[in-house]
Amino acid sequence: MTLPLIQIIAASKAYPTHDGGIFHALQQINLDIAAGDIFGLIGKSGAGKSSLLRLINLLERPDTGSIIVASQDLTKLNKKALRRARQQIGMIFQQFNLLQNTNVFDNVAFPLKIHGGLNKQDIHARVQECLAIVGLEEKAHSYPAQLSGGQKQRVAIARALAPRPQVLLCDEPTSALDAETTREILDTLRDINQRLGVTIVIVSHELAVLSKLCNHVAVIVDGDIAESFALADTSQLRSTALGRELICHWHEEHARPLPEGLAHV
Amino acid sequence: MFDNIILILPELGTAILQTLTMLAIGLSSATLIGGPLGIVLFLVDTGQSLEHRPLSLVLGWIVNTIRSFPFIILLVALVPFTRWLIGTSIGPLAASVPLSIAAIPYFARLVEKSCKEVPRGVIEAAHAMGASEWQIVWRVLLVEARAGLVLALTVLAISFLSYSAIAGVVGGGGIGDLAIRYGYYRFQTDVMVVTIALLVALVQVIQFAGNRIAHKIDKR
Repeated sequence: MTLPLIQIIAASKAYPTHDGGIFHALQQINLDIAAGDIFGLIGKSGAGKSSLLRLINLLERPDTGSIIVASQDLTKLNKKALRRARQQIGMIFQQFNLLQNTNVFDNVAFPLKIHGGLNKQDIHARVQECLAIVGLEEKAHSYPAQLSGGQKQRVAIARALAPRPQVLLCDEPTSALDAETTREILDTLRDINQRLGVTIVIVSHELAVLSKLCNHVAVIVDGDIAESFALADTSQLRSTALGRELICHWHEEHARPLPEGLAHV
Repeated sequence: MFDNIILILPELGTAILQTLTMLAIGLSSATLIGGPLGIVLFLVDTGQSLEHRPLSLVLGWIVNTIRSFPFIILLVALVPFTRWLIGTSIGPLAASVPLSIAAIPYFARLVEKSCKEVPRGVIEAAHAMGASEWQIVWRVLLVEARAGLVLALTVLAISFLSYSAIAGVVGGGGIGDLAIRYGYYRFQTDVMVVTIALLVALVQVIQFAGNRIAHKIDKR
């Protein structure tokens, strides 16, 4: 068996609270994500799923434990090496987080320009290539304010893909979008996973989003992974309510009859 | 009615030039020193990427202290320093010293405020892409906050137009000085009217230009 692309090993993260206590956001998390997978993280708000996602590119530095991406322990890297390693890990957000005063082309070119290494023509070609993947070639000279929510998220996806990452982290990528746009964005993400082989880790509170997109999911409860399973695996009952609901959604999606014992959930 | 104006016309020209000199020097120091200071204030604040509590406290304290001086007091208090730096405490060049000292922390706060208006997520996204602090300042903060920064500079320019008039009282020269010496001490109402009209016009021009530029560069 090949090594997982992403390994979170015994990672914990705690914050001091305003009343002087300590809030354990994540406790002794262990998680492996295989290359080429689409992995979902689900949980109630405040359960720590976003913190867990942010561990993977070290936007959130764990107090203890290791984060290994593409056989590199990110927690051991110095600032400069970490910045370089982050080119391997694209990220998109609920609020898109595009530069508003910069046009679409320059937004997508941003990660290429900050790391250097590519000349002007290369950058131009790469940006066009990424805009083509998300179907926004003609919008290169528009500003984000002139785009719809779905188009903004596409620009953000193109920007995340520009350095040709191995991993794409998605933090509630469709939560600010309507149902139709959500479906399109999910199609784009699936396409990116299949055609480019980019491993996707997605956080969402929408069961339908995860059941449509993911192969594996982890249910996060109170800063811990309550269970982690393949959606297609029906060999056992899920221990969490969210896990059971996800399975129901997945079966609806795939139009298969529910296995015995789940029908009444 | 405007008899006195003809007599002081040459002096009026000099006064306008002096006011513009004071403004130019004050705004330049504000931009060159206050601007970076404002960015540092923002970056070392709690919850930002270079969070540094002691530095934040010290810088904040210095900025607040200078800003708490009434300008006229600062002007007088700085006379020995001005004399040491420029060689005299009289004239527009000398008046530019306290003007600059007052403008630097003022602008620093305005810059800090403009930076705070840049959405946190945009800065986080830049970190996620592997941008350095330096790149975040130049390619994110200054780009996203640029309209706010232009308006901040406009506010500063207008405030300091009136501060430069106060500097006139202690021998700074400029339009305000003219208004005091002729319009007030010699009861030449026409001179007073003209100088005030000039200041009103200047303020309108500065604000108009500031708004236009800010609007043009704001793509949000």
